[in-house]
Amino acid sequence: MSVIIPSEHIAVLLILIGTIFSFLSAVGLIRLPDIYTRSHALSKGSTMGVLFTLVGTFLFFVLEGFFSIRLFLGIFFVFLTAPVAGHIIVRAAYRSNVPLAKESVQDDLKDVIGLAKENSRNDMEKNPYKL
Amino acid sequence: MIQGILICSLVFLSFAIFATIFRLVKGPSAPDRIQALDALGINIISGVAIFSVFIRSTGFFEVILLIGILSFIGTIAFARYIERGVVIERNNSE
Repeated sequence: MSVIIPSEHIAVLLILIGTIFSFLSAVGLIRLPDIYTRSHALSKGSTMGVLFTLVGTFLFFVLEGFFSIRLFLGIFFVFLTAPVAGHIIVRAAYRSNVPLAKESVQDDLKDVIGLAKENSRNDMEKNPYKL
Repeated sequence: MIQGILICSLVFLSFAIFATIFRLVKGPSAPDRIQALDALGINIISGVAIFSVFIRSTGFFEVILLIGILSFIGTIAFARYIERGVVIERNNSE
């Protein structure tokens, strides 16, 4: 005696969970103070949301008897590239001196990046035609 | 039932897209806008997926793949431009 859940409903439920993830990460995108904390909300929550949604779609069409290799490639590619894009945006932001929020406690990269910039400036002064 | 859940998730998704558009317009610095543009691409991907379930058509899957690739390439190009001032680096040293 068990409740029979139609399997299409599982796929649609996955889609609903994914959009709720996207919605929560968008709330984080509005409310958090600076780009680094926003990236924390966005790259995790949004990747998870789109992954749930695409897996739900994939499951829906597999249960209808249609296996789409293009959708599978799309899932793979999005899962591979979304965290990389988040990392690269934050690295560009830090190197172009976007300030941290006022509530930030410490900045461990400051010593390393500042030293590297100083060294490259010295190199430029010694040999300006190197670039 | 299925149609109701799909419409509900489309409503959630449009709130998310409005939030990213708000950040895209307001964002104080350029990396903020790039980040919002990246999130907008990802949300549009899931919107296309939900719509293709909604009308039970399999014709939109190329669109998902293409928007994913184009959004990633655009993000990388913008980020490189902000970081170094050039998009494509040429190796012409010595």
